[in-house]
Amino acid sequence: MKKHDVIVIGAGHNGLTNAAFLAKAGLDVVVLEKNSYVGGATASLELHEGWIYSNCSYVCSLFRPEIYQALDLGRHGLEVVPLQGSVSMMQNGDHFGSYHQPEIRRREMMRHSKRDADAAIRFDADLMKWCRLIRAFLLRTPPDPASFKIRDAMEFAYLLKRFHSLSESQLYEFIRFFTMSIAEYLEQYFESDIVLAHFSGGSIIGTGLGVYSPGTAYVLLHHAMGDIDGNVGSWGFARGGMGSVSKAIASSLRSYGGEVRTEAEVATINVAGGRANGVMLASGEQISAKVVVSNLDAKRTFLQVMKPADVPDKLLHRARNFKMRGSSGKVNIALDGMPDFPGLPSGSPLTLGHMHFTDSLERLERAYDDWKDCRWSADPYVDMVIPTQYDPSMAPPGKHMMSIFVQYCPVEVEGGWTDAERDAFGASVIDQISDYSPNFKDLLLHTEIRTPRELEAEVGLTEGNIFQGELTLDQLMFNRPFPGYAQYRGPVKNMYMCSSSNHPGGGVMGAPGANSAREILRDLGRKDTTPEDFEDD
Amino acid sequence: MSKPPPNADLTPLPDYRQVLQPSPFHTRLVEHCPLQNWMSWNGYQTPRVCDVLASEYFAIRSTCSVMDLTPMEKYRIAGPDALKFLNRLVTRDVGDLKAGRVTYVVWCNDEGKVLDDGTLFHLRAGEYRLCAQHHQLDWLLLSSIGMDVSIQAETHQVAALSVQGPTSYALLTAAGVVGLDQLKPFGILHTRLRVFDLMISRTGFTGDLGYELWVEPAAALSLWDALFAPAQQGLFDVRVIGLSALEMARIEAGFIVPGDDFNTAETTVRADHDRSPFELGLDWLVNFDKPHFTGKRALLRERARPVMRRLVKLRVSGNKPPMDSFLYDAEHGRRIGTVKSQSWSPILKSNVCLADVGYSNGLVPSQIWAEIYYQKELEWRATWAECFMSEKPFWAHPRRLKTPPRNF
Repeated sequence: MKKHDVIVIGAGHNGLTNAAFLAKAGLDVVVLEKNSYVGGATASLELHEGWIYSNCSYVCSLFRPEIYQALDLGRHGLEVVPLQGSVSMMQNGDHFGSYHQPEIRRREMMRHSKRDADAAIRFDADLMKWCRLIRAFLLRTPPDPASFKIRDAMEFAYLLKRFHSLSESQLYEFIRFFTMSIAEYLEQYFESDIVLAHFSGGSIIGTGLGVYSPGTAYVLLHHAMGDIDGNVGSWGFARGGMGSVSKAIASSLRSYGGEVRTEAEVATINVAGGRANGVMLASGEQISAKVVVSNLDAKRTFLQVMKPADVPDKLLHRARNFKMRGSSGKVNIALDGMPDFPGLPSGSPLTLGHMHFTDSLERLERAYDDWKDCRWSADPYVDMVIPTQYDPSMAPPGKHMMSIFVQYCPVEVEGGWTDAERDAFGASVIDQISDYSPNFKDLLLHTEIRTPRELEAEVGLTEGNIFQGELTLDQLMFNRPFPGYAQYRGPVKNMYMCSSSNHPGGGVMGAPGANSAREILRDLGRKDTTPEDFEDD
Repeated sequence: MSKPPPNADLTPLPDYRQVLQPSPFHTRLVEHCPLQNWMSWNGYQTPRVCDVLASEYFAIRSTCSVMDLTPMEKYRIAGPDALKFLNRLVTRDVGDLKAGRVTYVVWCNDEGKVLDDGTLFHLRAGEYRLCAQHHQLDWLLLSSIGMDVSIQAETHQVAALSVQGPTSYALLTAAGVVGLDQLKPFGILHTRLRVFDLMISRTGFTGDLGYELWVEPAAALSLWDALFAPAQQGLFDVRVIGLSALEMARIEAGFIVPGDDFNTAETTVRADHDRSPFELGLDWLVNFDKPHFTGKRALLRERARPVMRRLVKLRVSGNKPPMDSFLYDAEHGRRIGTVKSQSWSPILKSNVCLADVGYSNGLVPSQIWAEIYYQKELEWRATWAECFMSEKPFWAHPRRLKTPPRNF
């Protein structure tokens, strides 16, 4: 039987990234994927003939440009086109457009509040301070604060040095930022209801928390710290859908001699003598390797594919209590044409960006109340994009693909999820949009509705949590996924983790995959192929 | 869904195709801008150069220049606590600023770092206008908590022109303005011209004789036409100028621009990239004897320490432009700073610049050299030029202060 150097479990973007850097270092790597397609939650699927859906993740910003460059993803077919702006439609018929063009964006904000337009300058500068701090840690392995190893001490010193660059008052602000709710954070800057609602949406996406829950301010940062060609906070569309990201990484991986096997679901990680030495597939096939890397979320890794006997009790306990609550759904639609939005100025570029239909913090909090009561939000927060306005490759000419992220949608509903209940959830989203677009319902050709149930069953995200673990301070940095396990090494030798359950967390970022590869190569005494951070001095 | 937005009549939807906003003078302005070289100044469509830069510069220094000043941020400050508020906001003592007078001010955050600078107009008893370089409404409102003061952004409600140059007094008089002969520098005159109210201040940003004219937007075109009537009769050469000509004149006059010569505190992201009034060479604007003002404690602490750095005026020898140049202390061979704004001065036949320079132990560097990169026919070259620090403005003509002013 052939013995590989490395098996990576799961061909999501982090698994592929991890494998690509290991293959680049000359290792014999195979990625095992349960589905028939690569990408996991970073996929493009043709679910209606002629229409390509980014049916899980749908926009790109966080993906580290260092990884893009190091894996030569441009040459492997990836193209990320920046989106233009965003808009929140209001119940009174008005709207707030965050235009791509800064001069118009400012005038539009002044229309809602002159003061907010000026406060936005302070808000942007403050957010950039926190972004600069956080971004410096994305491509680094978190130090273990309890360790006495020289490397940990040095990393900790680096961390302190970064923080030292803050003034005393900024340090206080930063600590508050991590523990505040997004509503309270934004209320320090803005007065207008619509501005508050517009900017808080990014803080609840994918999170089982509400706009008034402590900890949500950080989630805003997690969504703002990415960049497109140096424009921090910008988002983009991958041409051909998000699957283009994973396809390009897979292509890069193959160019280094790596292999991807689809329809190869791993049942267990084999451990002998305290060392991982391979996996058994669901089919019963045994595959051996010197190193096994799990790109599954922390719950799947420690509670499913590892045998309980191989996992310390304390770790099992941590894994059971790891917070990864499903809170989101997805509705993907093939459209017969471009929907009209009569509330927007005619010909407006605002449909080119993120579109939202929630105009107050109160409505956002009510949407969360529904989720707490195990109901999908009757009046949900949606993040809607129509990438086919830029991308000719995803729908026939004149037709469109719409991707709608929906917050909130619970893992369990009363009486359990049924197909009828799922469809009712989808219908409520369609109703909300058609309140602002009279011809919308006439354009629907095909609709895919995904609740946490589908996201878990199809993609393999436990509870359908898109971040593979909530982004709260207790589960970030050296606490992610658990204290003592934040350096990508598993509980047995030769076993590693590279999923978004690990630092720096979820989003199509690639950083956990790259960071994990760095640690593996270090342990194997191989040359480090992972990129260094493009330092932002 | 068809209801109009509730505040639609107050502030119209921006037209997304019109990125830059036209000022009330726009229809006249375009007639003087054959170059169509526009830029944004606070969102307004503003000429960088109207026609020929050299002519525009010499209009300021030799005849008379007219510039649209509407984009300057303006705030109306009034109410029982207006003076108390302003004296707490700015670093200098404005308690004795009489009605009808103008003064230059800066304001800081609690760390004593400069947020912006501008001119404070005491329009009428208890009523003030603060002109600022950047958007300040948020800070002004934050600073006014607990005070009985009204603060209104009025940038769009006041049209303004800057008329600068040795014949500006003669031109305005020929245009029909009465009473300018007694108006002293930094004074305000409320008058009428033709059928509209006009406010004139003897202020400017050029270091020369000049005035700033303030009217309601509805009177903007009438004001413009009144100013250009004498020129049409062949009496004076009046030239519309863009921001590039102003940039040359203001560097010669030693005036600083927040955002260009230093990073304003509110927009600063990196530690130590903001500046205090001391670091900008504006010590004379800080008054520790007046009642408490924002930033006072930090500035008191800073005053007790040796000077770390300063924005200085440097004359640069030779004729190579010291654009973005690094500066070195020739004595110790250390890099000590960078050039922020620079210009060739056609009057002085010299390069002049404003530069941010580090002081070691509070000592002024004795010998400063600039490292200059320049190109000739697409070939880049490097050279060194000695710099000479100037305490005074590079250029300031005595005619700017004479009352009554001379006709040229």
